[in-house]
Amino acid sequence: MQAYLSIAPVIAICVSLIAAILIVMSRHYPRLCVGWTIGSAVIKFAVIASMLPSVLNGNYPAIKLFELSPGISLAFKVDSAGMIFGLSASLLWVITSVFNIEYTRIFSWLRDIRYFASFTVCLAATIGIAFAGNLFTLLIFYELLTIATYPLVVISGKPEAIFAGKKYLAYLLTAGALLIIATALTFRYAGTLDFIPGGFLDAGIGSDKLLVLAVLFIIGFGVKAALMPFHSWLPTAMVAPVPVSALLHAVAVVKAGAFGFVRVIGFVFGPTLFHDIGAGTILSIMAGITILISSLLAIGQDHLKRRLAYSTVGHLSYILLGLSLFSPIGWIGALLHIVNHAMMKITLFFCAGAIAAKTRMDRVSQLGGIGKQMPYTMAAFTLAALGLIGIPPISGFVSKLFLGQGALGADLWILLALLLLSGLLNAGYFLPIIRRAFFVPSDMFVKYDESPLLFVIPLALTALMALYFGLQPNGLFDFFKLATDAATSVFAGGIR
Amino acid sequence: MILNHIIVLIPISLLVFSFITFLLGTVRRSLAYPTALVGSAISVACSVVGLILVLQGGPIHYYLGGWPPPIGIEYVLDYLSAFMAVLTTFIGFISIVYSRKSFAQELPHKVVPLYTITLLLLSGLCGIIVTGDLFNLYVFLEIASLTAYALLAVGEKRAPVAAFRYVIMGTVGACFYLLGVGFIYFSTGTLNMADAAKLLPAIYDSRAIIAAAVFIVIGIGLKMALFPMHSWLPDAYTYAPSAVISLIAPLMTKVFAYVLIRMLISVFLPEYLSDVIPATLVIGWLAAAGIVIMSIMAIAQDDFRRMLAYSSLAQICYVALGIGLANPLGLIGGMLHILNHAFMKGCLFQVAGAIRYRTGLTSISKFNGLGKKMRWTMGSFGIAALSMIGIPPACGFFSKWYLMLGSIDAGNWVFVGVIALSSLLNAVYFFKIIEKVFFAQPDDDIVENAAEPPKEMLVPIVIMAVAIIALGLVNVYIVTNILEPVVNHVFN
Amino acid sequence: METLLGSYWFYITTILMAIGLWGMLAKRNLMKKLIGMNIFQTAIILFYITGSSKIGATVPIYDPEIGVANPALYHNPLPHVLMLTAIVVAVATSGVTLALMLMIYRRYHTLDEREIMKRMHE
Repeated sequence: MQAYLSIAPVIAICVSLIAAILIVMSRHYPRLCVGWTIGSAVIKFAVIASMLPSVLNGNYPAIKLFELSPGISLAFKVDSAGMIFGLSASLLWVITSVFNIEYTRIFSWLRDIRYFASFTVCLAATIGIAFAGNLFTLLIFYELLTIATYPLVVISGKPEAIFAGKKYLAYLLTAGALLIIATALTFRYAGTLDFIPGGFLDAGIGSDKLLVLAVLFIIGFGVKAALMPFHSWLPTAMVAPVPVSALLHAVAVVKAGAFGFVRVIGFVFGPTLFHDIGAGTILSIMAGITILISSLLAIGQDHLKRRLAYSTVGHLSYILLGLSLFSPIGWIGALLHIVNHAMMKITLFFCAGAIAAKTRMDRVSQLGGIGKQMPYTMAAFTLAALGLIGIPPISGFVSKLFLGQGALGADLWILLALLLLSGLLNAGYFLPIIRRAFFVPSDMFVKYDESPLLFVIPLALTALMALYFGLQPNGLFDFFKLATDAATSVFAGGIR
Repeated sequence: MILNHIIVLIPISLLVFSFITFLLGTVRRSLAYPTALVGSAISVACSVVGLILVLQGGPIHYYLGGWPPPIGIEYVLDYLSAFMAVLTTFIGFISIVYSRKSFAQELPHKVVPLYTITLLLLSGLCGIIVTGDLFNLYVFLEIASLTAYALLAVGEKRAPVAAFRYVIMGTVGACFYLLGVGFIYFSTGTLNMADAAKLLPAIYDSRAIIAAAVFIVIGIGLKMALFPMHSWLPDAYTYAPSAVISLIAPLMTKVFAYVLIRMLISVFLPEYLSDVIPATLVIGWLAAAGIVIMSIMAIAQDDFRRMLAYSSLAQICYVALGIGLANPLGLIGGMLHILNHAFMKGCLFQVAGAIRYRTGLTSISKFNGLGKKMRWTMGSFGIAALSMIGIPPACGFFSKWYLMLGSIDAGNWVFVGVIALSSLLNAVYFFKIIEKVFFAQPDDDIVENAAEPPKEMLVPIVIMAVAIIALGLVNVYIVTNILEPVVNHVFN
Repeated sequence: METLLGSYWFYITTILMAIGLWGMLAKRNLMKKLIGMNIFQTAIILFYITGSSKIGATVPIYDPEIGVANPALYHNPLPHVLMLTAIVVAVATSGVTLALMLMIYRRYHTLDEREIMKRMHE
C-alpha cells in the first residue's frame, strides 16, 4: 500500500461546490440549475471512478492541502474504505439527479436554488467525509453535511417541516459538539489525527480514558447513523422531499455516520483496542437492540416513508454490528452492506416518490392494487424489498451472509440468531406492502398508468444494480475487492 | 525615517484627522465623510506597515520624546499589539465606509461631530493598544470611553439613559484601574509595564500588589463587561445608532479584553495571577458561567440588536475563558477569538443596521421571508451566524477549538462541556432567525417591499462575511506567526 | 508602602472612595450619582497625592540650600503631574455626564431614576 500525490480527490469535492456557486448565480433559470446538478454529478462520478483502478492496486491518491490548526492539515486520502462510500454515493447521486428532473417538474415549488444548491453541497460534504485523510478533515465535512442538509428538510416551510428541522438540528448539532470534544481529546492523547489502518491510539493512554472517548464517538457518529436511542430525528425528517430522503436519508447522511464508525474503529482505535476496552461490546449491544426494535417499530408504521425510515434505522445498525464484530469477515459484510443497502433502499424511496407523485398517496393502507397501475415501479419495489429481507440472489443476501459468518467467527451465536430474526421481521413489514400492491383488488387502481420514464428508469436501474451486485459482488466496480482490501488492511496487525 | 515613528503614527494620525474632520466639516458638511475615511485609511496603512515590520524584525520599542523608560513613556509594538492595531483600524475603516448611508438616514445633522468623535474613539483604542505605560493607558482608556459615551448617547430615545448608566459603570471601572496603577506605582516606583514586570516578582507577597491586581482586574472586567459586571451593556448597545454600534460592538469590549491579556502577560505575569492569587481561576469560572447564562438570555430576546448584545456578552466570556485558562492554547484561543468575534459581530451588527435601514424592523418575529429580498445581506448573516455557532471552516470554530484544547490541557472538563454547550445555545438563537429569514413566507408588506441595502452598506457586510471564512482557513498563519510568539514569550 | 497602610490618610481616602461609590451605585437621583462620581475621583487623586508626599519634605523645585543629594527631602513630583491629567479627565467626564443629564431632563422632565424608568416604558 502506498500513496501518491493527486488532486483528484479535491476536484471530486470542488466540482459540487463550484456547481453550487453556478446554481446560485443562475437562479432565474431553473432548467440551468438542473443542468448544473446533473453535469456536476456526472463529472464527480467520473473523477471518482477514474481513481478506482489505482485504489484497487493498493495505490492511494492522497493530498495534503494546508494546515488548519498547527499539526493538523486539510488532508485527503482515497483508500479502499473511502472508495466504497465515495463511489456508491456519487453513483447514486447521478441517478438521483436524473430522478430529480421529473420530480421537481411535478413538484415545481422545489425548483428553488436553495434546493439544488444545498443538495450539491451535501454531496460535496459526503465525498469530503469519504476521502478525508484525518479525523479533523472528516469532522469539518461532517459538520458541513449537517448544515447543508438542514435546508432540504425545512424546504417546504410548513410547520411540520420547520419542526423536523429543529429536531434534526438539535440531534445532529449535539452530536457534532460531542465529536468536536472527542476529536480534541484524540488530538491531545495521540498528538496526531491522521487515519492509520489498524488505529493510532495507544493502549497506554488508559482504558478508562479511551472508553470515555469511544463512548463520545459512539454517540457522535451514532446520532447520524440513527443508532437507538438517538434515531428519532430520522423518521421525523421524512417530511423532506423524496429525492432528499432517498439519497440523504438512505445513502449519504446516515451512511456518513456509519462510515464515521469505519474510520473510528478501524483507523483511529483499531479493532483490537476498540474491542479490548469494551467499546465493541457496547456498540454491538446497542446495534443489536436497534435492529430488533426498529424492525418492530417499522411494522407499526402506516406512512410508507416512515416505514422505510425505520427500516433504514435497522439496516444501518447491521453495518454497525458488522463493524463492532471483531472479525475481518464481519467488516467485509458491513462495508458491502453500505453499498448494498444504499442500492436497495434508494430504490424503495424512488418507488415511494413515484407513487406519491402519481397518486398523492403516501400510506401503506392506501396502496391496495397499486401493482396493477404501476407494475414496473412495484416490481422494482418488490425486488429491493426482497433484497433487504435477505433473499438470494439479491445483493442484500451477500452482505447478510458475510455478517452472519462474521458473527459465527466471533462465536456470537446470539447475533446470528438476531440477524435471522431480523430478516423475518423485515419480511414482516415488507411483504404486506407487496401483497397489498399485487393481490388486493381495488377500485382505485384499475388500469395501467405507469410513472413517467424519467422515474421508471432510475428506479429500475438501482433495482437491477441490487440484483447485479447480488449475482456478481465483484462486478463492475469491484466493491467486494475494495471491502476485502479495507478489512485486510485494518486487521493487518492480526487478530490477537 | 518615518518608519521609526510608525507606532505613534497609528493613534496620532487618527487624532490629527479627527481635528481636520471637524475643521473641514464645519466648512462643508459633506467633507466630513471623505476626511474621516482618509484618516482611518492612513491609520490602517500605518498599522499594517507596523505589523509587517514586527513580523520581520520582532517587537518595536518607541520612546516618546526620546526619553527612555522608566522615565519616559514607551510605546511598544509587539506581536500582540501590532495584531490588535491592524484589527482595530481595519474594523474602524470598514465601519466608517458603512456608516455614511446609515448616518445620512438616522442622524443627518450630526455627521460632523459623529465622524470627529469616531476618529477620536479609534485614536483612543489604538493608543490603548500600543502604549507600554500604565498611566498612559489610563489616559487613552478615558479618551476611548468618553467618546464612546457620546456616540452611544445620540441614538434612540432611550439612549441617553443607557449611556448615563454606562458612564457610571465605566467611570467606576476606569477609577478602579487607576487605583490599581497607583498601588503598583507606590510599590515599584515605575509606570512602565516592562519595568513593573521585572520589579513585581520580588514583592509578589505584598498586600499592595494583591490590591493592585484585584482593582485592575475588576476595573477592566467592568469595562469589558465581563459577567456579572455586564448590566450596562445590553441597553447601551440596543439603542445606539446602527453605524456606531457596528463600530463599538466589535471593538470596545475586545480592546479591554486585550488590556486584561496585557496585564496578564506583560505586567503581572501568569504565575502571579494564577499561582499566587487565584485571579485567573475566578475569571475562568465567571466566564464559564457567563457563557451559559448570557447565551440563555440571548435566546429570550426578540429585538435583534438586543439579542446580539447578549450574544456579545457571551462571546467576550470566551476571551475571558482563554485568559482564565492561563495556558498557551487557551490564551491563543482567547486572543484568536478577539479577532474572530470582531469580524463576526461586526458583520452581524452591520446586517442589523442594513435591515433597519431598509425596513425599520428590529424585531426578530417580523423577519419572515427577508432572505428572499435581501439575498446578499442575509447570506452574509447566515455565514456569520454559522461561524458563531462554530461550524467549520468558518473562523468561529477555530477559536473554540483552541479553547477546547486549552481546557483539555488544563484538565478542566467543565470548561470543555461549557464550550460545547454554548455552541448549541448559539445554534438555538441563530437558527430561530435563519428559519424565519430563509424558510418562512413573507407575511408583511414591509418585508415584501424590502431590497438590498445600498452598495456602501452591502460591500462592507460581504467583505466581513468573506473574511470570516478566510480567517478560518488562514488561522494557522495567524496562530503560528503572531500568537504563538506571544505565548512562547510568556510561558518560557 | 507599609507606612502608607499605617497612615491615617489612607483610611480617609478609603472612606471617601466608599462614600463616592455608594453615591454612584445606590442613589436614585442622577445628580447625586454624578456627585458621588466626583467624590470617588477626588478620593483617588488624594490617594496619589498623599502617596507622593513625605514628612519633612518640600516642593519639588530645586533649592540650592537642600541640594540634590537626598531625594527624600523633596515630594515626589510625578504623581502630581499624573493627577493633573486625572483632574482633566474628571472634568471631561463630568462635562459629558452633565450633557447626558441635560438630554435626559429635557426628555423626561425629571432626574429621578425610578421616575425615568416609569416614563420610559409608558
